Amino acid sequence: MRKLTIAAMMAALAAGVAGGAITGASAAELRIGLQDDPDVLDPDQSRTFVGRIVYAAVCDKLVDITPDLEIIPQLATGWEWSDDGLTLTMDLREGATFHDGTPFDAEAVKANIERSKTMPESRRKSELSSIETTEVTGSHQVKFTLAAPDATLIAQFADRAGMMISPTAAAEKGVELGLQPICSGPFEFVERVQQDRIVLKKFENYWNADAIHVDKVTYLPIPDTTVRLANLRSGDLDLLERLAAPDAASVKGDSSLSYAEAVSLGYQGITINVANGEMAKNPLGEDPRVRQALELSIDREALNQVVFEGAFNPGNQPYPANSPWYDKSTPMPARDVEKAKALLKEAGYDKLEISVQVANNPVQMQVMQVVQAMAAEAGIDVKIKATEFASLLQAQSAGDYQGSQVGWSGRVDPDGNIHQFMTCEGGINDSKYCNPEIDALLNEARQSTDNAVRKVKYDEARKVLSKDLPIVYLYHPTWIWAMSSKVEGFTAYPDGMIRLENVKVN
Amino acid sequence: MYSYIGRRILITIPTLVLVSIFIFTLQKLLPGDPILVLAGEERDPEVIAFLREKYRLNDPIPIQYFHWIGAVLQGDFGISLRTNQPVLELIKEKLPVTIQLAVMAMIIAMLIGIPAGIFSAIKKGTMIDYIANIIALSGLSVPNFWLGIMLILLVSVNLGWLPASGYQPLFEDPVKSIETMIMPAFVLGTALAATLMRHTRSAMLGVLKADYVRTARAKGLYESVVVIKHAFRNALLPIVTLSALLFGELLAGAVLTEQIFTIPGFGKLIVDAVFNRDYAVVQGVVLCTAVGFIIMNLLADIAYLFLNPRLRDQV
Repeated sequence: MRKLTIAAMMAALAAGVAGGAITGASAAELRIGLQDDPDVLDPDQSRTFVGRIVYAAVCDKLVDITPDLEIIPQLATGWEWSDDGLTLTMDLREGATFHDGTPFDAEAVKANIERSKTMPESRRKSELSSIETTEVTGSHQVKFTLAAPDATLIAQFADRAGMMISPTAAAEKGVELGLQPICSGPFEFVERVQQDRIVLKKFENYWNADAIHVDKVTYLPIPDTTVRLANLRSGDLDLLERLAAPDAASVKGDSSLSYAEAVSLGYQGITINVANGEMAKNPLGEDPRVRQALELSIDREALNQVVFEGAFNPGNQPYPANSPWYDKSTPMPARDVEKAKALLKEAGYDKLEISVQVANNPVQMQVMQVVQAMAAEAGIDVKIKATEFASLLQAQSAGDYQGSQVGWSGRVDPDGNIHQFMTCEGGINDSKYCNPEIDALLNEARQSTDNAVRKVKYDEARKVLSKDLPIVYLYHPTWIWAMSSKVEGFTAYPDGMIRLENVKVN
Repeated sequence: MYSYIGRRILITIPTLVLVSIFIFTLQKLLPGDPILVLAGEERDPEVIAFLREKYRLNDPIPIQYFHWIGAVLQGDFGISLRTNQPVLELIKEKLPVTIQLAVMAMIIAMLIGIPAGIFSAIKKGTMIDYIANIIALSGLSVPNFWLGIMLILLVSVNLGWLPASGYQPLFEDPVKSIETMIMPAFVLGTALAATLMRHTRSAMLGVLKADYVRTARAKGLYESVVVIKHAFRNALLPIVTLSALLFGELLAGAVLTEQIFTIPGFGKLIVDAVFNRDYAVVQGVVLCTAVGFIIMNLLADIAYLFLNPRLRDQV
């Protein structure tokens, strides 16, 4: 009897092991380490970069981008501008469905655009402000009529403003949709434990299901970069985003790991208060020569070497040097301490004290310390004001600062990196720089659908801005991903997203 | 005695009111505007105005307070500004995690600290005493975060014995849960073990000199019986009090440990909430913690009454 029991137990155990092996082989799971915990999971209410990484798997957009920033079809299969640039007609994909079974069609697009434009909590209003009306012109065709030509609109559709959520779920859940997003992407939402994990499973009815080779995705927010990498090395993660630049060499040298990178669309720089209230009344804010002196005192390449071990990309423009929008006629100036001193003297100063606020994390602090050391040699004494990010943002918006070391995550269309910072009425123009000439150029660039025309306008604006310097650009980060060598088919994109099409786990 | 307990309970009410006022106003004094964080990178003025209105941030602070406390009294702690999840749900989700961590850390601290304290008291002035003291001092001096990262590198990355971080609920998968929690609990427990060891040692030294211990030895009892039955039992009282106090410290230590090991507990919740100016979450969590402490204090006071007859006569 006893023997029988033991035999039965062993059989059960063997069956269990075998069963485990079978499910292990068929259910490919991918565990992804994120730097932060995403915010609310509703594309219309979303505001963080890291949230967009999750949407890349859950929510399809009207259009997508290639790694070279070309716009390609996703839920829209084709589109056409009218000659006056005031209407955009889009053909939509047939046979796509939302995770709750609602079919994707023109009505769904109309409902989505209306939600983004009218829901009071929506953060997408400014991105879609040019759309006057959305018309359903066929079961799978929509027509957008614009108030004024807006070349940036298509690129907006490649991000959160173009993400389609199920209209049924949106009507039912309202603002609570963010607790359980229902879109039409390759993966559907399963569960979320705040600050711990977000779990997704493969959506069987996805229109492009053949390209999806992963059955389950778990996102794990692990803010500490060392711990995130340790998790990858120990096998608890398969892929992580934002590897710290100093760890790049050790990952490249490890045969069990692989590495991918892309120059980001964004930048980091020093925003200078030129006309935002009383605090602008100081030599740095009032005299462009002082700002030029500050720029000339900085060796951006050395900064990149010291803080990022050369992994990032020094830059002096809102776009990185590999961007088609980069202006070659105003290249990054070499460091010139003598010229910086001469400019200061011309402005009437031998020595000068300025204060710059910076987010109190170790990396940004290091950036400012390097700038501080360099500027000191030109006679500019930089006082660093380390501030926690929420306070930094408030001071910046209220004009309670001289200089502020901040950045921008970057947009696909060049307009997104410059217009709202440099135009007089720009929504996030915290330096309050205002120049009618720049306004005219940037508005014209926004309205033309001809890229050659736009480029000329942006270049002209650059020539002025490189002298006025309301923002001293410093560098463009590099997105760095590290993954287990079991992960195959990963493609690096300059928007920093993790697209799971064609990704395999062996 | 019951009237005393009744009075003690009544006293907690004004304490709670004061605590709630402190939590609310101190937070409002922090620089940094939650709405700017919430509005996203674009900071659309229309959205900012709407959100200020929605979360009543335009009202005077006393009005905001009454609104909040009124809702709290009805069991509504509000929703997280960051993720829209109800605060009460978050608290229910995170509290057991931190309690598990604290209990495991306390067990580890006691298992290490108390025997080490006893040994070094018995062997006072010998090599064992010095070694135990050095270990205790290191336990107190090594920062949690450093020890945490070193352990992850050694145990998870190099040896591959335990997962580097994460969390599994205890009742879903007890083995996995303990596996993920053992390292953080150890990190948290070692610092406390050092404190416990030092206190056990000094309490034992005091007791070992007492007359009744000498009497016990004179009766010819075994040394082990003298130490455990006669000395340790009497030394235990201050240690129990200390352990209860340390439990509070554990919750504070959990803030850092949870960050390193990415454990989704109370500590991590509150750190993220403070950085995001997620007012409702900070208020809810701090209030909960305060209520917890007040209840613990109350229970301790009542427990003393039962344990010490002399106190009972005084009240």
